[in-house]
Amino acid sequence: MTQNQTEKLQAIREAMQAARNDAHPESHLIGILHKVQEVFGYLPREMMDEVAQTLEIPTAHIWGVATFYHYFNLEPIGRHVVSVCMGTACYVKGAASVLETLKKELGVEVGKTTSDGLFTLQEARCLGACGIAPVMMIDEKIYGQLDSKKTVDIINQYRKAAAEEKSAVGAETRRGKP
Amino acid sequence: MSRLITITINDKPYQVEPNQTIMQAADKLGFHIPRLCYHPKLSIEGACRVCIVEVEGMKNYVASCAFPVSDGMKIRTNTQALRTARRDIIELILDNHPQDCHTCERDGNCELQRLAASMGIRARHFEGERKRYEKDLSSEAVIRDPEKCILCGRCVRMCSEIQQVHNLTQAHRGFHTVVMPAYNMPMGESVCTACGQCINVCPTAAFLEKNYTQELFEKLNDPNLVKVVQFAPSVRAAIGEAFGLEPGLNMEGQLIASLRKLGFDYVFDTQFAADLTIMEEASEFLERLQSGGVLPMITSCSSAWMKCLEQFYPDLIPNVSTCKSPMSMQGAVTKTYFAKKKKIDPRKILSVAVMCCTAKKYEAARPELMFDGMRGVDIVVTTREAAWMIKSAGIDLVNIQPEEPDHPLGISSGAGAIFGATGGVMEAAIRTAYELYTGETLVDIEVEAVRGLKGIKEGSIVMDGKEIRVAVAHGLGNACRLLERVRQDPSRYHFIEIMGCPGGCVGGGGQPYAQINSIPLDDENLRKRAQALYDLDKAKTIRRSHDNPDVQKLYKEFLQSPLSPVSHQYLHTHYKAKTPVGIIPRNERTLSGDSK
Repeated sequence: MTQNQTEKLQAIREAMQAARNDAHPESHLIGILHKVQEVFGYLPREMMDEVAQTLEIPTAHIWGVATFYHYFNLEPIGRHVVSVCMGTACYVKGAASVLETLKKELGVEVGKTTSDGLFTLQEARCLGACGIAPVMMIDEKIYGQLDSKKTVDIINQYRKAAAEEKSAVGAETRRGKP
Repeated sequence: MSRLITITINDKPYQVEPNQTIMQAADKLGFHIPRLCYHPKLSIEGACRVCIVEVEGMKNYVASCAFPVSDGMKIRTNTQALRTARRDIIELILDNHPQDCHTCERDGNCELQRLAASMGIRARHFEGERKRYEKDLSSEAVIRDPEKCILCGRCVRMCSEIQQVHNLTQAHRGFHTVVMPAYNMPMGESVCTACGQCINVCPTAAFLEKNYTQELFEKLNDPNLVKVVQFAPSVRAAIGEAFGLEPGLNMEGQLIASLRKLGFDYVFDTQFAADLTIMEEASEFLERLQSGGVLPMITSCSSAWMKCLEQFYPDLIPNVSTCKSPMSMQGAVTKTYFAKKKKIDPRKILSVAVMCCTAKKYEAARPELMFDGMRGVDIVVTTREAAWMIKSAGIDLVNIQPEEPDHPLGISSGAGAIFGATGGVMEAAIRTAYELYTGETLVDIEVEAVRGLKGIKEGSIVMDGKEIRVAVAHGLGNACRLLERVRQDPSRYHFIEIMGCPGGCVGGGGQPYAQINSIPLDDENLRKRAQALYDLDKAKTIRRSHDNPDVQKLYKEFLQSPLSPVSHQYLHTHYKAKTPVGIIPRNERTLSGDSK
């Protein structure tokens, strides 16, 4: 866990203690789960257990809330989240085939993460970029007018960037050795 | 009393109380509005929409279970349009439901089936997408089958509101919603206490007991086994319902005769071991009282309560009696004392228990209860399973000539009979403890203070000038509320009885399903079953456990005396803290609602 994450986790624990003293601790549940996801990228079981214990909310109830909202991830997500727009405009422009290309290229189903932990594939409803349909969003960045080739090219750019970063870190580690 | 208001139902005016729902008012006036997710003991969910009615001035139909009456309200319950809408609602539920009624365990006993019939659904107009899920067979006692689930939520509310176990939730959303424990944990690893109340309130077969009827039929046909059966007090008071009889008939003699016809060599009565339990438990209580042991002492007969204790109240383990339950004591003396007496190899005994309970299946498998490398009870079947086996074997339980149980584990006192009703164990224990402690006869042996369906009952008796304060709780939610009192003031009571199910064992998770014109866990029904046991007690000449001649003989020939080393070896057990995922702390705040 990074320094930043440790600090944020501390903040969550403080928020939970404050919520615990509230007349209705359960009203803080969703807010606290949001904070947990901000730190970990998903809702780890250990954290849901901790929320249950601290707020004194049955774990089954927390599980009900966590699974109800699509926003909450129940498994660790990849470094990059790839969301394919399945809105009407994108759909008629071939979003389904973009999604198929991504499933094949990444080797995962929707909602799943690649084994190298680099990508999580998701579906989205209208990203508001209908003019350049079909689109996908990787993290915060929109890519439009996609076809199969273009989609694969973009994925490869991210792969290349990740590989370069890795070798740079490796080189740095090697340089650091006496 | 508040002022009456006027409503009209189907064009006729009626004076009714305000502050009630349309359904409640209609019920009292004799209009039975069809319903599914509603249960009077549970919070209102309004999920199924089966109970819709027309209210003049409202744009849409309203759910009568959730909508309050008001002055001048004009309600229609049976218009053609309403009938069609209700029928469509049921049809849409049916369309995602497996079409396997003829092979389903609840066939003939299913609320959805009854509703479909009463709506006049005679064809399928829609072909909906089917839900496909694996059955969860992980628990010893309770099977979960999400394919059969219609998401009425009664099990979730029962588990959290009445039992306060909070094991179940509706996870995911829309068509993908599934009732499951936290993290989709297998039931066997979850906080489920195996009480089986989810089975009792489920309208379909989404929850069932783990069925042992086939295995039992096979073993009944094994010539190398000596087949011994025992049956719980409450089974005799309820099994008639599974044969269409009215609630509250004592079918003891007919059940004994039927079990013999099924192929059992010896039919014993768990009430015998109930007397034995009282000998041990009353003695243990007096020992604690006289030697400054841990008080209040809490009873240990209810297996769902045992799991609840180990999970939620590990701090109170020293308070709980070390006595095994009557079923396990009976199993133990069957495979030791009885086997020796009859010169039978105990390993050749098939020890079967017919129980009103699903948690007894879990209890029978507890390794802590084993002795000499054996289980005391090999197979537990519920009242429902036993009724099915008796029917399946072509035995006419209703008209069969009643028979007596076998010796030497068949005779019981009236105190043993009332074990099946909430407060019964306390009453039986008082009858014996008083006389053992004072050496005098207890004149008024019917302890009214601990009878009845109040959630938590308190009472006291004076023994040789010493006031003994007792309390009784039934249903795990009430038990938890009572135990919070104990945590806050450990000296408030001396002796506590806890039963995991509403009404005690008569309301057990393995009892016959609600018949037509009844609802699960109907208070009137529970009262009638309990009354059958109190009547049984009254009719007996022996009404105190310590007067049971066969129990006295058992001590003389085998156990020596209550709490002797032999008793401890076979009749007592221990508990340990368990922490499966899903535990939350118990305190005043987490125990929502009042005792019911």
